[in-house]
This record gives sequence, structure tokens and C-alpha cells, in this order.
Amino acid sequence: MILEGAARVFGNNIDTDLIIAARYLAETNEIELGKNLFKDLRPNFINEMNKGDIIVAGNNFGCGSSREHAPLAIKGAGISAVIANSFARIFFRNAINVGLPIFVTSENLRSIEEGDLLSINASEGILVNKTKNKTYKFDPYPEFLLNLVEIGGLFNFTKNRLEAGV
Amino acid sequence: MGKTIAEKIFSKHSKKDVKAGDYTLAKLDMVLVNDITGPLSVMEFQKLGNISIFDKDKIAIICDHFTPNKDIKSAQNVKMLRNFAKEQNIKHFYEPGNVGIEHVMIPELGLARPGYLIIGADSHTCTYGALNAFSTGVGSTDAGMAMATGDTWFRVPPSFKVEIVGKQKKWIGGKDVILHLIGKIGVEGANYFALEFCGEGIENLSIDDRFTISNMAIECGGKAGIFNYDKITENYFKELNIEIPDYIEADKNANYEKSTLIDLSKLDYTVSLPFSPDNTTSINKLEKTFVDQVVIGSCTNGRISDLRIAAEILTNKKVKDGLRVIILPGSPKVYLEALREGLIEKFILAGAAVSTPTCGPCLGGHMGILAEDEVCVSTTNRNFIGRMGHPKSKVILASPAVAAASAVTGYITSPEEVM
Repeated sequence: MILEGAARVFGNNIDTDLIIAARYLAETNEIELGKNLFKDLRPNFINEMNKGDIIVAGNNFGCGSSREHAPLAIKGAGISAVIANSFARIFFRNAINVGLPIFVTSENLRSIEEGDLLSINASEGILVNKTKNKTYKFDPYPEFLLNLVEIGGLFNFTKNRLEAGV
Repeated sequence: MGKTIAEKIFSKHSKKDVKAGDYTLAKLDMVLVNDITGPLSVMEFQKLGNISIFDKDKIAIICDHFTPNKDIKSAQNVKMLRNFAKEQNIKHFYEPGNVGIEHVMIPELGLARPGYLIIGADSHTCTYGALNAFSTGVGSTDAGMAMATGDTWFRVPPSFKVEIVGKQKKWIGGKDVILHLIGKIGVEGANYFALEFCGEGIENLSIDDRFTISNMAIECGGKAGIFNYDKITENYFKELNIEIPDYIEADKNANYEKSTLIDLSKLDYTVSLPFSPDNTTSINKLEKTFVDQVVIGSCTNGRISDLRIAAEILTNKKVKDGLRVIILPGSPKVYLEALREGLIEKFILAGAAVSTPTCGPCLGGHMGILAEDEVCVSTTNRNFIGRMGHPKSKVILASPAVAAASAVTGYITSPEEVM
């Protein structure tokens, strides 16, 4: 899987209230949720970004509430992937479950600037900043998660199990 | 190598013996959703086809966030959940009239017990760690799939030992303990870890103090916040008339990847300043900080002992002019107890508004939203940007004692200053 898009750069501890504020949570449709992505943090974000853009963040991205609306809003807005130094646990699980590609890297991402053209090779675990001609490595998923992602997430995993009766 | 409480609970619920780092499919004792996360769970569940839930007694649908329904969409969501509960014959469905805040209600109903493994589509599901259970927050899809299978996958977390010693002074409570811990280790300090609270000092922490502490484990990234079982836990279940055949204890040679010590005797009144729960300070180091609103309630501090503390401080006193004080009992049971003990009357005479149980303003839902530049001192659990309303409003997290004292003066105040 190759993902390409412009970098949208965020800092540490981006919480789920910032990703999608609670006042939008009566909504369940990802496209509608996407319209209010990062509203309180960057009010104009949704107009500035383009489909396929990649979020680059520091530590603990997605901390706070368990709202699955957060990865749904990111996906619904058209963001193709999130790469960060670490994710909060529940957000990580939710992203995998809703099919939002997310990647963890221990590399310092601070030289990536807003708008840089990025390319992610998911199977090789490589992120390239094409604007700055710089390459970063990221961690592959553990085997269990890789299987889960490959069959299309928890829903398919569960459906297969129910059909097989295990 | 011995086992931690988390490792033991996961081993008990898996087909194999597991240790930290292992992936496992584990059976669940309870699956919980609310009116925000539940609709997405049900939509995913229904996509699985025309199937039944795994156990009608082990799923709880608690409509506590935007209820009493704050707008049409919220009403539609609750309607959908109500229909689903009826269709599937789900025993534990609650909405206004019998609803309390989920993490206040689940323990009251006896649905969280020592050694249980519980997931809930709400990050504060970790609250039941106070009762020696492993409980953790997940997303809607996780909960929806678990409704079908009665199990889910986990990576068994490593454990972080929090040894508690000493005895606290009057008015210091569970909130001061957990805010102190979060300030000390940071919002990511326990990410992916199970916190384990132990040590002789826990005997000085009431069950409600423990609920507050376990509740906010997630605020330092904790997957769970589990207390050792002791006399206090035993008495709690005795009062509920529930027999507890067994509880979980860590082995003496269990492996903890991290550990820290908290001396209760050294704790001061602690608050978290905007915009992060780890931005803590003791209030004697704080310059005079005026507030526009005080909120006392939530899954963190909406229990009867919290209201007793607030009432003790507000008795025969008046809320400062120009200040709004909103008190939200955490459940109908708490509300009724507060009413019978005369606490509600004290609140109203002081000039506070008393609400029906709801999460309400804690997450900026309704029942006390903040305007631009307003400051609220709140006994809730998060002070992120825009958490309780306008993106330029501010939330300061505090204990019920500090919140009530601040209600009297209009600025962040220690209880000693008004008592």
C-alpha cells in the first residue's frame, strides 16, 4: 500500500476533543463528522486540507475519550493516514477497527513541515518526505495486528469467527 | 516469575496462561455502551446479520451523556438504543428516570466485581479497577463485536505499581491523589500500562476515593487502574448483599516495569490547570484565580461522599454573587440518599442548581456550557481545550472540597480557608 499526500503537522497530546468536539457527537456518519475535524484547534483546517493528506504528530496522539468518532472524522475528511511517535491506546485500537491507516515511528519527525509532500510505503515501513528528500522508518505492526488489518479489521475478523463457529 | 493482578485476570479469562505482552482472546463479564458510543456499536453489530447478543444479562446500555435528550439527534440515538435493547431483550437498559452516570451505576448494580474482565465504549470504564476488576475503555466497534461474541482481543499490559503509604489530612481525597499522580508521571506516563494500587496507605482511601482514582487512570494513559482487595472492598460488597467468593492478588515476585510511591501525608490540595490533566499544581502555589462556574459531579466525583463533602462546606453559606454552581448527583441512588440526608436542601439554600444525573457539562454536552473566556472549576476529569464549551473557555480540575470552597469565595480556594 502506497499513500501519498501533503503533511498536516500537529504536536504532542492531540486529544480526541480537539479531533472532534463533543458537540458533534450525536452524528454517526463519517463524512458529516469529517466536516468538523479539528474545529477548535484549527478552525479552517477542513478548507485548507486536500484529500489524501497525511497527519504527522508527536506523542500520545488521540488521548482522552474513547470516541470512535475521532478516527471516523479523520477518515471522513479524506486524510489518508496518521503517522506519530506514539498513539493513545484506545485511539490506536479504534483506528485499526475503522480502517484508518496509522503508523508509529520512533524517528524524530520535527523537520517535516506543513505542506511537505509525503509518501508512505506501508508494507516496507518507510515514510519519504519528497519535498525535503528525507526518509524515515516506522515500526511494522505486530503479527496479530497485521493479520487483523489484512483481513479488513475487527468486523471481518468477527464475521469470520461467527461463520466458522469459533 | 510471579503474576500481576492484570496477568492473573487475563489468564483466568483466556484459554491459555498469559503474561504481559501476549495477545489473547479473553471472555468478558460485562460489555457497556452509552448513548454516544452505543449507536455506532449497534450499527456495526447489526451489519453482522440477523444474530443475537451473547448474553442478555451481560450487556449494559446506559443513556447518560446527552440525556435527558438534549436535541433531536440525541433523542433519535436513544430511541434506536431503546429499540435494540427491547429487540434483544437486554436487561440493563437505562434512560432518565432510572439512569445514572454509567460508572456510578455499574458498581451500584453489582455488575463490576473482583476479578471481572469488563470493556466499555467509554474511556472511563477503568473506574471499576477500584473493585479489583480489570475494566478498560474501548471504541464502539470493539463493544459492538463483543456484544456478538462475548469476548475480545487484548494485548496483556505490563503493570505499573503505585504504592500508597501514609494518611492524608482532612479534606484531602482521591482526587488529590490521582491528580498528583498524573502530574508526576504525565498524561502518557502509563500509556498501555495497568496501574496497580497497593500499599498500607490504601486503607485510608474510602471506596469512593478509589473510584475517583481508578476513574482517572486513563488520564495518564492507563489501560486499567486496579486496587488490591481489602476490608474496604469486602464491606462495599457486603452492603450490596453480594457474596464475593474470590479476589485477585498479585504474586510477591510479580514483575512491574514501572513503579512509584505516593505518601498521602504529604499531599496538598491539587488542581489541574488548563489545558491538560497533568498541568497540576498545589493550590497554595496558585495566585488568586477567579472562576465563573463550579461543577460538582461526574463519573469522577458524583458519588455520595463527594456530595457530603460539598454539603458540609456549603452548609449555612452562600454561593458567591455572580457565580453559577451546578451539582450533578451521579445516579438516582446517590440523588435519593442526598435528598434523604438533607444535602439537596443545603445546596439549594446555598444558591446552587441541582441537576438530574447526567454527564452533561463534563464533556460540553449540555447543562452548563461555558461561554468565551469563562473559567470553571470542576470535579470532572478533563480540561482539554473547549472541553466544556467555547474553545476559549477554561476548565480547572479539582476535588469536591476545593470546588465547594471556591463556590463560596469565587476563586480557587482551600477548604480550610472557608471552614
